[in-house]
Amino acid sequence: MVAVIASTILLVTEYRSSQNKVHSTISVLVDPLKYLVDLPTSLFEHAARSVISYRALKLENERLREEQVIHQTRLLKFDALEKENIRLRALLENSFKLGEQVLVAELLSVNMAPYEHIVVVNKGTRFGVHPQQPVLDANGVVGQVFRALPFTSEIMLITDPNHAIPVQVNRNGLLTIAMGSGQLNRLILPFLPSNADIRPGDLLITSGLGGTFPQGYPVAIVDEFTTQPDKAFATITATPKALLDRNRELMIVWSQSAPVPLITKSITDKEDKKDNTDEVK
Amino acid sequence: MRLNNQVGFFQVILTLVFTMCLRVVPLSEEMALLNPDWVLLVLIYWVLSLPDRVGIFYAWTFGLLTDELTGRLLGQYALAYSLIVYLCLKFHNRLRQFPFFQQGLFIFFCLLLSQLLLFFTKNLQHPAQLHASFWLPVFTGTLCWPFVYSLMRFISFFRFIK
Repeated sequence: MVAVIASTILLVTEYRSSQNKVHSTISVLVDPLKYLVDLPTSLFEHAARSVISYRALKLENERLREEQVIHQTRLLKFDALEKENIRLRALLENSFKLGEQVLVAELLSVNMAPYEHIVVVNKGTRFGVHPQQPVLDANGVVGQVFRALPFTSEIMLITDPNHAIPVQVNRNGLLTIAMGSGQLNRLILPFLPSNADIRPGDLLITSGLGGTFPQGYPVAIVDEFTTQPDKAFATITATPKALLDRNRELMIVWSQSAPVPLITKSITDKEDKKDNTDEVK
Repeated sequence: MRLNNQVGFFQVILTLVFTMCLRVVPLSEEMALLNPDWVLLVLIYWVLSLPDRVGIFYAWTFGLLTDELTGRLLGQYALAYSLIVYLCLKFHNRLRQFPFFQQGLFIFFCLLLSQLLLFFTKNLQHPAQLHASFWLPVFTGTLCWPFVYSLMRFISFFRFIK
């Protein structure tokens, strides 16, 4: 009887506010289990990595070096473009967001609950992770931090049926919302009319609306666009860019929310500072 | 079936912790749908074999831990487990006399009840969709009961003989 009352009270308080101290205290007891369950997988992976052949290693190294050179050359103009972007935005009296900071977290192979696309990573509030932080991988947006516990945190993938992400078509800036479908390789765009300018192959990027996801990260590629004459909205599906089921390394992002002030003064200030440092050198 | 008090406190804890690991073990998507509620099965076993030692307190505590482990609202599993363990405690004398088939039927209804309670409490949080496969763990759990039962009996007697 006492147990029933206690659990009901807990449920009610939880229902009101899901983030509290009780969670993090109990999770300290339970989190080791998650690491324990993950242990065989990570050991196996470690072993597989240790016995890799010299040849394979060399090949991989070469490939990585080539990639590095390509990225480096692409980045050459990035600085100049960023400055130009700030200047142009200043002309438009628009604010510009500064860059983001990332933390690499590793996935724990733990299966939380069926039907929900929630994964667990090995970084928690100890590393400053907090709920609603965007999570990326090398290819695109993965999801957002759903619950941050001291030693682990849970990440809701963009394909979870309860998840929605504000997106924009990269080609023409069309704004819409992409919902999860419950399948790992599919997103649904349910809110576009039949005459929307969108076609298969379009890249969807985050629009930055809603404030959770920073603007401009690739989310998915549209792969099907069908209209039904008797329905007001088109059925559009997209494939996520991120390798949701294959990647073990994820990046948790802190976006610096304080934008650069509107006036060009800040830019000139920065340039002055840079000049000064150059002189010092 | 009745065992001595020598059967360790640690044995109960360890088996329950192990089943909690089984709850979150990584499986393919289809297998994850079938993964039965191991914690509840082992809890029922311990309640039936050691009713004077394993009771509602154990059920509530491990329910709470399972809640945290699987990322539920705190209290969902705690509520379900303590109610079912209460039922088992109430009927444990009768249950032991039951033939195997009837016991299986009882387990089936226990698992069904726990799944129903979980669904209700989940629905409180936000309206949840009910998939047909939501009930699959009930069936697989009932099918697993004989194995759990014999394995657990083996474990407890192993300690007892030593």
